[in-house]
Amino acid sequence: MSAINSNIPEGELTTKWTKYKSSVPLVNPSNKRSLEVIVVGSGLAGASAAATLAEMGYKVKCFCFQDSPRRAHSIAAQGGINAAKNYQNDGDSTYRLFYDTIKGGDYRAREANVHRLAEVSANIIDQCVAQGVPLAREYGGLLDNRSFGGTQVQRTFYAAGQTGQQLLLGAYSALERQIGMGKVEMFTRHEMLEVVKIDGKARGIIARNLITGELERHFGHAVVLGTGGYGNVFYLSTNAMGSNVTAAWKANKQGAFFANPCYTQIHPTCIPVSGDHQSKLTLMSESLRNDGRIWVPKNKDDNRKASEIPEDERDYYLERRYPAFGNLVPRDVASRAAKERCDAGYGVGTSKLAVYLDFKANTERYGKIEASKAGNHNPDKETCMRLGLAVIKEKYGNLFDMYAQITGENPYETPMRIYPAVHYTMGGLWVDYNLMTTVPGLYCTGEANFSDHGANRLGASALMQGLADGYFVLPYTIGAYLSKEISVKAIPTDHPAFVEAEAKAKGILDTLINIKGTKSVDHFHKKLGLIMWDKCGMARNAEGLKSAIAEIQQLKRDFWSDVRVPGTADEYNPELEKAGRVADFIELGELMCIDALNRNESCGGHFREEYQTEEGEALRDDENYAYVAAWENKGDGNFELHKEELKFENIKIAQRSYK
Amino acid sequence: MSTGNMNLTLKVWRQKSTKDKGQMVDYKVSEISPDMSFLEMFDVLNEDLITKGDDPIVFDHDCREGICGMCSMFINGRPHGPKDAVTTCQLHMRSFKDGDTIVVEPWRAKAFPVIKDLTVDRSAFDRVIAAGGFISVNTGNAQDANALPIPKAQADAAFEAAACIGCGACVATCKNASAMLFVSAKISQLALLPQGQPERYKRVQNMVAQMDAEGFGNCTNTGACEAECPKGISLENIARMNRDFYAAKFISEEEG
Repeated sequence: MSAINSNIPEGELTTKWTKYKSSVPLVNPSNKRSLEVIVVGSGLAGASAAATLAEMGYKVKCFCFQDSPRRAHSIAAQGGINAAKNYQNDGDSTYRLFYDTIKGGDYRAREANVHRLAEVSANIIDQCVAQGVPLAREYGGLLDNRSFGGTQVQRTFYAAGQTGQQLLLGAYSALERQIGMGKVEMFTRHEMLEVVKIDGKARGIIARNLITGELERHFGHAVVLGTGGYGNVFYLSTNAMGSNVTAAWKANKQGAFFANPCYTQIHPTCIPVSGDHQSKLTLMSESLRNDGRIWVPKNKDDNRKASEIPEDERDYYLERRYPAFGNLVPRDVASRAAKERCDAGYGVGTSKLAVYLDFKANTERYGKIEASKAGNHNPDKETCMRLGLAVIKEKYGNLFDMYAQITGENPYETPMRIYPAVHYTMGGLWVDYNLMTTVPGLYCTGEANFSDHGANRLGASALMQGLADGYFVLPYTIGAYLSKEISVKAIPTDHPAFVEAEAKAKGILDTLINIKGTKSVDHFHKKLGLIMWDKCGMARNAEGLKSAIAEIQQLKRDFWSDVRVPGTADEYNPELEKAGRVADFIELGELMCIDALNRNESCGGHFREEYQTEEGEALRDDENYAYVAAWENKGDGNFELHKEELKFENIKIAQRSYK
Repeated sequence: MSTGNMNLTLKVWRQKSTKDKGQMVDYKVSEISPDMSFLEMFDVLNEDLITKGDDPIVFDHDCREGICGMCSMFINGRPHGPKDAVTTCQLHMRSFKDGDTIVVEPWRAKAFPVIKDLTVDRSAFDRVIAAGGFISVNTGNAQDANALPIPKAQADAAFEAAACIGCGACVATCKNASAMLFVSAKISQLALLPQGQPERYKRVQNMVAQMDAEGFGNCTNTGACEAECPKGISLENIARMNRDFYAAKFISEEEG
């Protein structure tokens, strides 16, 4: 065990970033032209970084596994993006966004990074609007905001239920502009399979052209991974089918520490599982909790329809348990509360693993306001509901349609049934203040790094972090490294390090093809998912985690002896792609359990059943666990723990309360 | 939990590579649940093919929640299948009956060559965007977001055009394989906003030129694109694009 240096600048919290920016070494324009940067991933964190670096004059290569950078899974983010603009005049400020994020993360995030995030949040909104991103507006023509969980101000900017789509298309258009100008070379349908290190520094990648199967060598003076989260380790999650940990995991094997892997966000409002065939889960945006009230029947095993259960027989359990925040408690709290009610026998629907999200009260309230605007100050209930539904439809139409498609039920008439599902991963590659991993020259941005959300991310903060990293942080901090690299000429890719890295990647692909076992990749992935969900999901305990580790080790042996990958490695072969990703998920799954077992406390999304208050709330152990757990991969399933102590100099660390 | 009871016959386009000729192949699937999505039904079929030692069917898909625009099957003669306003991943088997025969083909257009089976190359769309589908503003150049009020109706109209997911259903369904709905949606989004004005006429010229260079056909106003668009992108966008395209011809270089 050793300490690691987070390279946080000296000085007072609120001036660290400003001073850093003013003193960071610069690279002159002619030198930028000969410095090459590889960006892997084209989501919010990747596309924004690639575009911005190219605008600054660097030579950029960008890679994505999809057929177009516009498909990255940032596109599916629904609810919104936070920014400390205080446009609503409700007392918001940089400090409040910083404070809410640290508290929301259950005091397990780094103060300096989070404050910087809050500082640049306002610039993101300005930048996106300038790009033509059509964020929602009020009738006066100014930007609208809504509320999200874990805050008492309205600081969330949005575009209907498609905020991620609009922000990503903004970043994509900036990226395509640079591609059109020849300043970014784009490689679609390419997957990174290895980081190439020369003299200890990241100097390039091995990527597989997914159409031809060819392995390609690409040099870069620095490499940036913006490759997203690892929620698909659970098989079922709200992630896209292709979302994977492979790039980050290969980096871990090359010496980049993996931090807090056990911090997983289980989102409280997702459409429940309907059967064994299910391939993914679909989120219903947290923004719905603005206008929806969550409840279960007060009686156990109540099989009546929702509409037949009278008001006084409903338990609005979030409002009951957390009167100050009510339905807008943070995600980890809301998820655990839903699990608690369902485990106690109050769940609804055929599986009994669901709770109601009911819009009726707010529909009626909106209707009344609309009627009043039209001069009808005493509307009947029917008029209120009719007018109110139009308002709800405008706010959440696409989400309601999606719900109807998937469940076959009409959410305008009957409450939605929802249940928690894996959504986001707070853990990721460890990075210092510069967003550099423990491998010099290897950077990590967005969900793929661990940096800003502690043990629980607040809603509408993922889009903020991805774009903060890509537009406003990395382009500055990478200069500190590249300014020392100006004398390094592009290294030819016949260098032995490239040859060796390519041979390693090829070896893995050939092995997978040649196993010729009896079970599909999905078979193993589903098994892994079940182990993770049961034993390293919403609640964990030491005994379960120990057995999960043994089960995963067995699964790993079974996978490498009995997986069946059809076809060859030199053709378009999606099963081979999946096999490589699942192999990495299996190894990561084991590390997640090791990390969860090591952390003898409950915090945020990590809930150890042995450590809870009498009221069932997470019980932290600040004396022993106020640190980031950064794991070094020593090979063959051995990991060494390194600790980064978290110092809270500006926020008084306290028991988190939303009551 | 839903139990599956549907038995279906699938006629699926199989093509090994761009150069291969390709053909329709029949498959049977059984015990399909009405709650499955169309792609989950394909997962069941592929699992079966892999177990039998056959090559699974390759198809594009990713988010499976109707927003990434990657899925692209032409089902019973319609892009994204029989239901209006949904993508293939959001099409559920309850839209079919036990015993149905379902024909599944890739998008077919000169500008979208087949890569393998049901997967096509839509990179032409990216090149059209790279030709002008943006506002030229480098990071750090922006003023305060509320310094520029935009009437709500205008912002909403821009948003509706911006809701395009770039799936290419419009091209696939058009008898001319025209990309005008896709291209005009991006042109409209930016033309409706004040931020998009400085490059408005240059943009339409550049994007249309690239669209033509990619080999997309022309528009003959049949309206199939609008009818089949999973996101309800309106034909009005094409009218707006045409107006701007002709207007651009009368505007001098300095202004454009």
